Amino acid sequence: MTRTWFGLPASPGALLGGLLIGVLLLAAGLGMVWTPYDPLAIDFRARLQPPGPEHWLGTDEFGRDVFSRALAGASTSVSISLFTVAAATVAGMLIGLAAGYLRGWTDRIVVSITDALLAFPGILLALGLLAVLGANKYGIILALALAYTPSVVRVVRSNVFSLRETGFVEASRVMGNGELFTMARHVLPNCIAPVTVLATGMFGWVLLSESALSFLGLGVPPPAPTWGNMLAASRPYMSQAPWLGIYPGLCIALTLLGINLLGDAVRDRLDPRMRRI
Amino acid sequence: MLRFALTRIALAVPTLLIVAVSVFLLIRLIPGDPALLMLGDMADPHSLADFRRSHGLDQPLPVQFALWLGNLAAGDLGRSITTGQEVLPLIFDRFLVSATIVVVAVALASLVAVPAGMLAAWRQNSLTDLAVVAGATLLLSVPSFWLGLLLLLLFGMKLGWLPVVGYVPFGQDFGAALAYIVLPVATLVLVEVGVIARMARASTLEVLRLDYVTHARAKGLSELAVMGRHVFWNAFAPTWTLIGLILGNLLGGIAVVETVFTIPGLGRLLVDAIFARDYPVIQGCLLFIAGVYIVVNLVVDLLYPVFDPRVTA
Repeated sequence: MTRTWFGLPASPGALLGGLLIGVLLLAAGLGMVWTPYDPLAIDFRARLQPPGPEHWLGTDEFGRDVFSRALAGASTSVSISLFTVAAATVAGMLIGLAAGYLRGWTDRIVVSITDALLAFPGILLALGLLAVLGANKYGIILALALAYTPSVVRVVRSNVFSLRETGFVEASRVMGNGELFTMARHVLPNCIAPVTVLATGMFGWVLLSESALSFLGLGVPPPAPTWGNMLAASRPYMSQAPWLGIYPGLCIALTLLGINLLGDAVRDRLDPRMRRI
Repeated sequence: MLRFALTRIALAVPTLLIVAVSVFLLIRLIPGDPALLMLGDMADPHSLADFRRSHGLDQPLPVQFALWLGNLAAGDLGRSITTGQEVLPLIFDRFLVSATIVVVAVALASLVAVPAGMLAAWRQNSLTDLAVVAGATLLLSVPSFWLGLLLLLLFGMKLGWLPVVGYVPFGQDFGAALAYIVLPVATLVLVEVGVIARMARASTLEVLRLDYVTHARAKGLSELAVMGRHVFWNAFAPTWTLIGLILGNLLGGIAVVETVFTIPGLGRLLVDAIFARDYPVIQGCLLFIAGVYIVVNLVVDLLYPVFDPRVTA
């Protein structure tokens, strides 16, 4: 299993994907501690300036530096996505393990709840939850985590079910190890790989969902910048200041491209039949 | 076949019920008096008392749910707090707008993407294949709301070929209606082409490896006959399921595109209702969209045997 992670094929796509995600994480880290200008500083004398040496990506309708806002937006979007994915993964693994371990009624209840949640298409469930939780950073994390937990539960549960029947798990039981020890020592580690693959893809979906919700005005409220609310704010100025809409969207697209390329590389590795030669 | 259809329909009923329970509980999770939530702060005491009685708010939750489900079955989703309109007709009007755009877009996207994916698989590892895969991966990564803004900027503002925002119903003025939906449809087509092409390519590759394809070729059939007669039907079946999922998912996710182009669709109705805390409309939209999603997937499943008769066995 470890070979999958350390022996990723060095295809151009995988390299580009790694590069894009590397740059994204660097930008998010940088945006947390330093930006060239204060992303919230309003300067009406510098309104709607096109990209130039002073403001690399121009300024917005309040004279705020777009590059600084994009950096700060990167750290907001990445931290929201990471928290969401972490919450969904941990909750999904615990619930999935419990369902696979306890079986019976617990399992039946877990399955019907996850099935129901998965019956809501796309970001509809997140929209519904936001209607209850209110639109803010924590509401978004909670709503998206709840919306994405069922897929983790499903993957972990089916893995636990098939692993229970394998020889090494039976061997552990025969050796006199308790059920809980066997689960923690032998079943759980074998769920890590598929969950990691899922979590990688999920990071992209969550980031896109967060951007979409922020774009709709249901995400992180202004003036705090996210790529989604920057895009939304750019709409009235699209013809006179197109850079306001072009760059935040480009950030989202390049991030998703990086994740898709990395995801393809991992999947190709796991399913060698689909590998391109 | 009939047995397959009946089983599949029976399986959709519990899902619909659980969705109804989720939406019912979601609205009950909001702190405050449900009667006030559903009728608004301006409601008079008489209608509040009326609502409490008809919805059994003094009764235990299961009774409330049964009453609520009864109203639902009668098509009574209440009235919008902000406009006073009945929720169901309102949703239906908006749904027609969204559905037109989504169905046209997904049909066009499939017409382009399925042949492109099959061509890429047929010429695996060629330059054509590389171009299709690279193009699809690129399109897959572009958020629809950004692509929509870019198209709007290019065709609406810079070139001035198409109207920038708004919507005209098809019944009113066909030409104008067409001009207004070109950009939103194009946005969705471009976004979905990538997903469908990748799926079509992957499932064609799976089929091309099978012995019967080698056999068909060994018989001396032309490549066109092999691909068209033997590969297409088997490769299309999984893609068909994906197309169904996309149709349903787009209804949930179309709000962003409707926002970009200011189209009065179902997604926009839901988002505006969330802003206005118009709970009857929120509840109706959630139920309706989830219901359509389940029904679309049901229909897709029921049509699946057309492409792959093995599933009925």
